[in-house]
Amino acid sequence: MKRFSKLINVRELLLPLGQLIMFSLGSAIVLSTIVLVLALLLDKTAIGMAVTERFNASLFTYTLINLPQVLIDGLTIGFVYAAVALGYTMVYGVLEFINFAHSEIFAVGAFVGVEILIALDTAGVLSKVSLGMAFVILILAILAGMFAAGALAVTVERVAYRPLRGAPRLVPLISAIGVSFLLQDVIRLVEGLTTGQFNRIFPTFGNFDERLIFGEVGLGATTITMGISIKSIIVIVGAVLMLVGLNYLVNATKIGKAIRAVAQDRTTASLMGIDVNHIISLTFLVGGLLGGAAGVLYALKFTRIDPFVGFFPGLKAFTAAVMGGIGNLTGALLGGIVLGMLETFAGSYMGIFTMGAAGTEYKDIFAFSILILVLIFRPQGLMGENVTQKA
Amino acid sequence: MNKRLFVLLSVLIIASMVLTACGGGSAASTAKTIKIATQSPLSGDMSAVGVDIKRGAEMGIEQMSAALTEMGFKVELAPFDDQGNPDTGVANAKQIVSDPAILCVVGHYNSGVQIPSSEEYHNAGLANVSPANTNPKVTTRGYLEVNRIVGRDDVQGVVGADFALEQGMTSAFVVHDKTAYGQGIAEFFRQEADAKGLKVLGFEGTEEKANFDALLSPILAANPDVVYFGGMYGQAAILFKQAREKGYMGMFMSDDGFDSSDAAKIGGQALLDGKGTYYSTVSGPASVYAGTAKFITDFKAKYSSDPQPFAAQGYDSAGICLKAIEAAAKAKNGETPTRAEVANAIRALKDYPGITGTITFNSIGDPVVAKYFVIKVGDADPAKWSTNPVDQILDIAPPAP
Repeated sequence: MKRFSKLINVRELLLPLGQLIMFSLGSAIVLSTIVLVLALLLDKTAIGMAVTERFNASLFTYTLINLPQVLIDGLTIGFVYAAVALGYTMVYGVLEFINFAHSEIFAVGAFVGVEILIALDTAGVLSKVSLGMAFVILILAILAGMFAAGALAVTVERVAYRPLRGAPRLVPLISAIGVSFLLQDVIRLVEGLTTGQFNRIFPTFGNFDERLIFGEVGLGATTITMGISIKSIIVIVGAVLMLVGLNYLVNATKIGKAIRAVAQDRTTASLMGIDVNHIISLTFLVGGLLGGAAGVLYALKFTRIDPFVGFFPGLKAFTAAVMGGIGNLTGALLGGIVLGMLETFAGSYMGIFTMGAAGTEYKDIFAFSILILVLIFRPQGLMGENVTQKA
Repeated sequence: MNKRLFVLLSVLIIASMVLTACGGGSAASTAKTIKIATQSPLSGDMSAVGVDIKRGAEMGIEQMSAALTEMGFKVELAPFDDQGNPDTGVANAKQIVSDPAILCVVGHYNSGVQIPSSEEYHNAGLANVSPANTNPKVTTRGYLEVNRIVGRDDVQGVVGADFALEQGMTSAFVVHDKTAYGQGIAEFFRQEADAKGLKVLGFEGTEEKANFDALLSPILAANPDVVYFGGMYGQAAILFKQAREKGYMGMFMSDDGFDSSDAAKIGGQALLDGKGTYYSTVSGPASVYAGTAKFITDFKAKYSSDPQPFAAQGYDSAGICLKAIEAAAKAKNGETPTRAEVANAIRALKDYPGITGTITFNSIGDPVVAKYFVIKVGDADPAKWSTNPVDQILDIAPPAP
C-alpha cells in the first residue's frame, strides 16, 4: 500500500475532487440561499400574488420546488464550461495570451466525434448495439474527438503562434482570432463539400436520452418531475474525470512540473534543461484534448452542432476562466461552475421574479453583470492571487 | 519585417482593385441578355430550403423562358447567397441593382433579410417577387416593386392560435427567436390567444441554439397545453426535443419556419410523443397543390431529391417574373423593358396560373387570396417529411391594405 501511494499521489487525486465538490456545493448553497431569500421577501408583493394566481402556490414554494432541477442543469453546463475554460487558462498560464482559436478546437472535436457516430449510424451499426457496446462506442467517439482536437491544437500552435513568439502581445492574439475564423470556415467548407449539410445531428442510440426520475412534486395544479438524464450524468462524469486527470498531470507528474516551470519563467526553465517548445506544444495538446472531449460531450447533451457551435461555449468558457482568475487551473473550475450555475439560475428565475418583464433572454446579461462586479472588486479573478508569482 | 508587410499589403490592394475593375467591365457587355436574380440562403443552417428556392427558380427559367427566347432574349439565372443574414442580403442587393441586366429578383427566405434588402430594390426600381417572406412589413410599406406570393404572419399567427383552440387547448407558452419574423408571428399568436381566451402563461424570446434548460424550467412549471415557437426549425426542434426529455407531454406548435425535414432529423420521436407537433405554414407540401405533379417529377429527375417547401413557390415567382418581362417587352415591340416597366407589369398580372394557385396581386403586392395550412408531423423519419398529413387548408384574404 505504501509503495502504491508512492507511485500514485493520492492527495493530488483527492484534492481536486474535493475542490469540485466544494465548489459545486458552495455555489449551489450560495445561489439557492439568495433566490430563496429573494422569494421570501417578494412573496407578499405583487410578484408573489401573480405567482400564486398562476400556480396556486406561493413564490417561495415555486422557487423551492424548481430548485433541484435548476441545480442539476446548472452543474451540467458548468462542468462543460469548466472543461473548455481549462484550455484557455492553461495556454494563458504558459504563454500569457488568449488562444481565441480554442473555441474552434472544441468545435472540431465535436464534429469528429459526431461524424464518426453518424457514419456508424448510417452503416446500421448503432441501431442494434447492446447497451454496453453503446457506451464503448461513445467513449471511442469521445477519444477520437479528443485526439483530432489535440492534434489540431498542436498544429495551430506550430503554424500560427510559434513564429510570433517574440512579437508584441497583441500580435499572437490577432493571429488567434484569425485562426478562429479560418477554422470556422474550413469546417463549413469541408461539411459543405462532403455532406452538404450545415446542421449535424448527434444520432440517437444507447439509453443516453433516458431520464432517471427522482420523484414528482405537486405545484398547485401541475406536478413537476425531477430527474436527470443519462447524458447529463455522462457529461458530468466525463468532465470530472478530465478535470481530475488534468490536475494530476499538472501537479503530480514530472511533465506537470516542467509545465509549471515554463509558466513561471521560460528563460530559467530552459536553462534548467527543459525543452520549452516541447512543453508549450504539450500544453496545447492537453488543452486541445480537453476541448475536443468537451465538444463531443456538448454534442451529446445538446444534439445539434454546426460550424459555429464553438463560439458561445468558447466565449462563456473564456469568461469563466477570467472570472476564476486566468492562468489558474482551480480558478477555471470554479469559474466554470459558478458561471454555469449563475446562467441557469438567472434563466430559470428571472422571468418569475420580474413578472415576465425580463425573462430567460436576459440570462447572459445577468451572468455577465456578475462577472463585471466580480472583476471590479477582484480584478485578478476569484482565485487570482496564485498568479501573482508570475512575471 | 515591416517593409515586407507593407509591400505585401500594397500588392494585395492593387490586386483587389484590378479584380474589381475586371468584374465591373464584364457586366456591361450584355445587350439582349436578361437576368433573373435569386437571393436565398445557399449556405448555412437554412440552406436546405434556400437551395431549393434557387432550384425552383432555375427550373422555372428553364421551362418557361421559351416565349422570351423566341423574342430574341437570352434569360439567365443569377443566384446569390444571402446566408440568411441581413448584412449579406443587403450587400448582395447592392450588387444586384448595379447589374443592369437583372430585371427581377426572386427572393428571400427570411423576412429579416428581405425587408432591408428590398429597400435597395425599391431605390433602384427593381421588381422583387418573394416566394416565402411572410412578415406583414414586406408589403405594408407599399412599395410598387415588392410582391409576395404567399400569406402573411398576421394571418398565420391567428391560424395557429385558432387551431390550438379548436383542439381544445386552454393554455399556451409562447417562445420566439427575437427576429422580425419569429417575434412578429409569436405576437400575432398571442394577440389572437388573448382575444379568444387561450391563456398565455409566458412569452419569451431567446437566441439560444443549444441549451434550453433554463428556459424550460418556467415552461415545465407552467405546464401549458401547448408550447408555441415563433421562429426557425433549428431552434424549435431542439427546444421541443429537450422539453420532451424533461417530461413535457403536451402539444408543440410552430410556424412555417419549422417546415423542413431537418426538424424531424433533430427532434425525431420527440415530435410524435405526447400530443404531437403541428405547424402552420403558407406553403403546403408541394404535393397538396393541384398543379405541382409535373413539377415534382421534373424536380426529382433533375436534382434527385424531393423538393423542400417553397421550391414550388420559387418556380412560380420566377414564372411571374418571366411573364411580366414578356408582357412588358411585348408592349415595347420586343425591346428590352426597363425595370419600372417590369415592376408595373407584375402588379398588372391578372390570374397568373401558377402551380401553387392562381395569383393576382392587390395594391400593395399581397396575393388577393392566400392559402394557409396546418400540418401535423407524421413520422420521425426525415425522409418522410413531405408526407406529413395536412390537417387544415384555409383560403384567407390578407387584411385590407
